[in-house]
Amino acid sequence: MKARHKRLAMILGGLAVIGVAVALVMSAFQQNLVFFFSPSQVAANEAPKGRAFRVGGLVEEGSVKRDGVMVSFRVTDTAHVVKVSYSGILPDLFKEGKGVVAQGKLGADGTFMATEVLAKHDENYMPPEAAHAVEQAHKAQKSLKVQ
Amino acid sequence: MIPEIGHFALILALLIALLQGVLPIVGAARGIGPWMDLARPAAKAQAMFVTLAFGCLMWSFYVSDFSVQNVASNSNSLLPWYYKLSATWGSHEGSILLWTLMLAWWTSLVAFFSRHLPREMVARVIGTLGLVSAGFILFTLTTSDPFDRLFPAAPEGRDLNPLLQDPGMIFHPPMLYMGYVGFAVPFAFAIAALMGGRLDAAWARWTRPWTTMAWVFLTLGIALGSWWAYYELGWGGWWFWDPVENASFMPWLTGTALVHSLAVTEKRGSFKTWTVLLAIITFSMSLLGTFLVRSGVLTSVHAFATDPERGVFILGFLIFVIGSSLLLFAWRAPKVGLGGKFANVSRESMLLMNNVLLVVAMGAVFLGTMYPLFLDAIAGTKISVGPPYFDAVFAPLMAPLVFLMGVGPLSRWKEAKIPDLATRLRWAAVVAVVTAVLVPVVLGRWSWIVSGGLLLAFWIVASAVVNVREHIRNVRGSLLTRLASQPRAFWGMNLAHLGVAIFIIGVTLVKGYETERDVRMAVGDVVSVGGFTFKFEGVQEVQGPNYVAARGTFDVSKNGRFIEKLYPEKRSYLSNRAMPMTEAAIDSSIIGDIYVSLGEPVGGDAWTVRAYYKPFVTWIWWGCVAMALGGLVALSDRRYRFARRREASAAKAAVTA
Repeated sequence: MKARHKRLAMILGGLAVIGVAVALVMSAFQQNLVFFFSPSQVAANEAPKGRAFRVGGLVEEGSVKRDGVMVSFRVTDTAHVVKVSYSGILPDLFKEGKGVVAQGKLGADGTFMATEVLAKHDENYMPPEAAHAVEQAHKAQKSLKVQ
Repeated sequence: MIPEIGHFALILALLIALLQGVLPIVGAARGIGPWMDLARPAAKAQAMFVTLAFGCLMWSFYVSDFSVQNVASNSNSLLPWYYKLSATWGSHEGSILLWTLMLAWWTSLVAFFSRHLPREMVARVIGTLGLVSAGFILFTLTTSDPFDRLFPAAPEGRDLNPLLQDPGMIFHPPMLYMGYVGFAVPFAFAIAALMGGRLDAAWARWTRPWTTMAWVFLTLGIALGSWWAYYELGWGGWWFWDPVENASFMPWLTGTALVHSLAVTEKRGSFKTWTVLLAIITFSMSLLGTFLVRSGVLTSVHAFATDPERGVFILGFLIFVIGSSLLLFAWRAPKVGLGGKFANVSRESMLLMNNVLLVVAMGAVFLGTMYPLFLDAIAGTKISVGPPYFDAVFAPLMAPLVFLMGVGPLSRWKEAKIPDLATRLRWAAVVAVVTAVLVPVVLGRWSWIVSGGLLLAFWIVASAVVNVREHIRNVRGSLLTRLASQPRAFWGMNLAHLGVAIFIIGVTLVKGYETERDVRMAVGDVVSVGGFTFKFEGVQEVQGPNYVAARGTFDVSKNGRFIEKLYPEKRSYLSNRAMPMTEAAIDSSIIGDIYVSLGEPVGGDAWTVRAYYKPFVTWIWWGCVAMALGGLVALSDRRYRFARRREASAAKAAVTA
């Protein structure tokens, strides 16, 4: 009888620990999910206010302006643009006309305040999110033309 | 001609691997001796042919044979010879061949060091490895042939990705793969145990050294990768929770759990089924890692190609291996038995908790890595899970694990008493708390994170000291003879745990006290970071063997006293002008790294500059080295050697009888 109680206590204890751990993992997961929005979606006010998200597309030609370590540029999916500002050093492969993904929050004036700018390690490579955004915009434009 | 020989050798290796995978296993099931005895020679022959194939590929790279597609796309005649050689595994095809090579070598090592094992066991272990090997060679030949010819031959190669032109490329991939692939051995032992229905302390003792060895390689491989990223990517991070890193970290977590559960299975005969399951999970994680990195589902520097055909093959193989192993497990595990009983508080129960925490941690990494992929594949929604998630999850999961690291080694097997443990460890606790409170004050700034991290680190150290003292208290002689009286396995464990403490100190102090400044600097400008003053002296153009670089000069001084000059570079490789490379200049010492890298020119003679001070950052990697060394010391324990000799003579006696 006693051995059985012990075993039961152990199993319950183990389950409790696993339960707590899983709860912890899930809540951290919920809080730190970062969604991606294309410039068109941002323009349509689909992006959340006050919560971090990612925006991506192409860096618009001629839009990069530097002031010391402050940089501002525009990200486009060829249909809409989002103005991005960032303080810090950009990755080596950040270039006008190339794909980019930025993570941050929308400011009050509609400027995207980036905390992180990602451009990957290969010059021919397009971030999948950025490619997706441009593709969606093209599709949307095509269907408009058909109508 | 040479590439064709390589290709042919690989085909032969496939045929041998199939023989090695089928006949010995069938032989073991039917009791056909000669078929079982085929396992060892087949394994050695297979290793020979795979090595020949790999050698041929390496040779093609060495002589820059641009009529081979793989060489033309991944090498260049201007590369120094050592990068030509390491470019062999710089591509998808080459690295899969490296995988196969490592597996063949591990298998032949098993063939050499298994004379003392029962015949059926050897047949089943080597047979299982043969099947895995056949799968990988088939994959190489059908979807990623590294020997494909190019007509007409290219006049010049497209060059190795500049990021990979680094000493890290020579050591990191082979080391990591040795670890990844090494977990195939405990996996094969587990499968063999399930097939034979026999799992006892001897089985655990055979499996343990292989597991530890694979774990040592994986630990070093991951640490090397982290160090490489730190100095090469040019922005001073040492771990990014990038899916590719997570892919190697998941087998490490379950592999660590496996090392511990094997200890229980060997010493106490408990956890049997769990150990087998863990061995299966760990190797599955290795395969999953290969799938993630090689299929192109993640796109980063490690994913050289995006080719669905390959992805589907590996995914199919992955599902087949994991599915059939789990099926076998479900069918045969009840035969293996549960093993010895233990109380709620005992070394067993603490190791069980260790295993639960490590597996939950693996699950958390799995969720964060795979969920975005699933969601994208199923719903097309693009999300990402960043470092904050992993940071938030890991600290609370690792803290109890580290606490147990102090208590576990001091508790008795079967049943331990909490009051007894509390008495023995009270001084360790006091020392840990006092140092954790005082050290941050001495270092200048007190914070919860630093104090908490140091508490964990000092707790490991102090409890290890208590453990050593208790072990040698009743031994006579000088201190040295008393210390030498302890088995190597004991020292190995303590060294590995000490490595964790060193690692934690590194992580904590970097997080707590690092200073990072991104600034715009014109010539003559001065910036102060972490007590150091950096003066920008300007940028010159310098010529490398296959690149040109803008090289900056920085004078570093502290309190007006000159320390040194640092020369960070911005390189532009001749073969690939569009892809500039940042080479940070780092002055590394045991108490901290001074780190400077160039951003970009911003008009006039001004540049954007990263100037960092990273206190104790090298302790992170030294901690990993200590963990790996601990594993090696434990491996050299005499009981493995003596046990082997004993079993060999027992086997011989049985034969003569």
